[in-house]
Amino acid sequence: MSRGLNRAIVAFISMFVLAVCAQAQDGEIHFWPVHGNVYMVVGAGANITISVGKDGVLMVDSGTAQASDKVIAAIQQFTHQRDPLGPELPVRYIINTSIDADHTGGNAKIAASSIFKPLEGGEKIIAHDNVLLRMQDAGKEFPENAQPTDAYQTEQYKLNRFFNGEGVQVIHMPAAHTDGDSVVWFRFSDVISTGDIFTDHYPIIDLQRGGSIQGTIEALNRIIDLVYPEFRVQGGTMLIPGHGRLSDLTDIAYYRDMVTIVRDRVQDMIKNGKTLEQVQTAKLTVDFDPVYGRTPGSAQRFVEQVYRSLSEKR
Amino acid sequence: MGIRRPRTIFLLILVLIAVSRVPAVAQADLSGEWFPVAHEDREVDRRGGAAIGDYTGLPINDAARTRADNYDASVFALPEWQCRPHGVDFIPLGLSEMRIWKDTDPVTQQFTAWRMHWLRSADDRAIYMDGRPHPPEYAAHTWEGFSTGTWEGNMLRITTTHMKEDYLRRNGISRSSMAHISELLFVHGDYLTWTTIIYDPAYLTEPMIRNASYTRLPTQQMPAYPCPVIVEEVRPKGSVPHYLPGKNPYLTEFAQKAGIPFELTRGGAETIYPEYQAKIKAILQKAATK
Repeated sequence: MSRGLNRAIVAFISMFVLAVCAQAQDGEIHFWPVHGNVYMVVGAGANITISVGKDGVLMVDSGTAQASDKVIAAIQQFTHQRDPLGPELPVRYIINTSIDADHTGGNAKIAASSIFKPLEGGEKIIAHDNVLLRMQDAGKEFPENAQPTDAYQTEQYKLNRFFNGEGVQVIHMPAAHTDGDSVVWFRFSDVISTGDIFTDHYPIIDLQRGGSIQGTIEALNRIIDLVYPEFRVQGGTMLIPGHGRLSDLTDIAYYRDMVTIVRDRVQDMIKNGKTLEQVQTAKLTVDFDPVYGRTPGSAQRFVEQVYRSLSEKR
Repeated sequence: MGIRRPRTIFLLILVLIAVSRVPAVAQADLSGEWFPVAHEDREVDRRGGAAIGDYTGLPINDAARTRADNYDASVFALPEWQCRPHGVDFIPLGLSEMRIWKDTDPVTQQFTAWRMHWLRSADDRAIYMDGRPHPPEYAAHTWEGFSTGTWEGNMLRITTTHMKEDYLRRNGISRSSMAHISELLFVHGDYLTWTTIIYDPAYLTEPMIRNASYTRLPTQQMPAYPCPVIVEEVRPKGSVPHYLPGKNPYLTEFAQKAGIPFELTRGGAETIYPEYQAKIKAILQKAATK
């Protein structure tokens, strides 16, 4: 068989499999069961995590503003289909894992909708204090009704009551993707919603908003410390990344390895006095680009952010 | 004739529909205890494993080559990696005993899947034979992947997606989680031949094909294979073993031991084909004249 034909076969079969599997690209909102009450919601920009049960719905992130009408309708439909004879299940809480518009864009519309019914005396929109401060600084970009009503300043924040039969713990990951990142741990379902600290692409280290490469690596290792695999690095604690597929320890360990290795390579070049341009020319991510750098320009952007993060630290 | 042809086509379509709805039946019985037959690849893929820098015969791209060049096997000492099993496309080469059995629906008694377990499996592997679709891309990927099977005569063809990233060769040559595989299983007498074809858009330029063999061993009793994680090496928290680009001191060792020029160890699709022999001769001649 000729090499050209082989390549054509690879391309054809890859396209076929991608077409079969790429059902999340259809513009619709999809719900994927994870553990217990927890579902991953795909198709609204960033992944949304929801807990659905007798107490209602808790959302981790709210997707983009553009997708919010679809998200509201989809949640109503999903909760009804899940229990057609049961009561209507309102959204009780929204927790934001960062300030990013694809994670907080739906806040205002969902909070203003008829499905949002916070518990009396309970929290409404929860996020780390730095998310609130940065939203307030940004002005019109984040209207008041999109901002967290319950911002926490501590290392972690525990929801003030069990929700759907479990504790929900919000853990601050300082100076990672931004300085306002949280991960949300559903203690009984054993699911962690990681926000953009862990995704299926190179990390976006938002230096303007207090992110750093070192904080990103520390956050990844902290999540790894929380994860308990079922057997052989698989299953057990499940991770809902900010973007990408449902994951577990293996996936985040690969990701942590990649981020750490790229950090070490850039650090070494800085140590040897190399400029950003020289670091970029060295193509330090060529081995990971087919996996994490599929978006054009993302590898260059990541390396630059790592370089600047490490340089500023010096 | 003008009337018969549409009728024939119609009947053919009916037969095809009927056949496609027939519950999956086994054309060959795979079930039982199987023991691996050591083959020509055993020294490379098993036992001590491949030498660092030996990429011969692998249709890899530059990204795969670079990743392996910077690979440090000490990474396996990290707690996260100590108990990793072989991925679904490597485990048939793993020289470990294996069991296959049938899954049937308890109500309808219809055959739904083949189940497989190797000594060092993470979980039982299922090959669904009931025509179910593969899950969406955002579903979790596993070491076993998600597999569906169809019979082509006496050959079972398996299509697997949703695999975790794994090694193609245990010296840092990686296969991505975007890959999918086809497997062809033939039973002939007491032997099972297992052909795996790997398609990886990230790290392969052409499909990679390899074979494994098993023989029936009805008296085999597979032991449990627990895996405790221990501290194998004390290192600073957060460090990940790897070599910086150009700093791997062991990369040329294989070429030196084999007495061949370094460039012959670098792999690539061309190294699979017979035409490459002429290039090998030319490279060796050039090296000899130096």
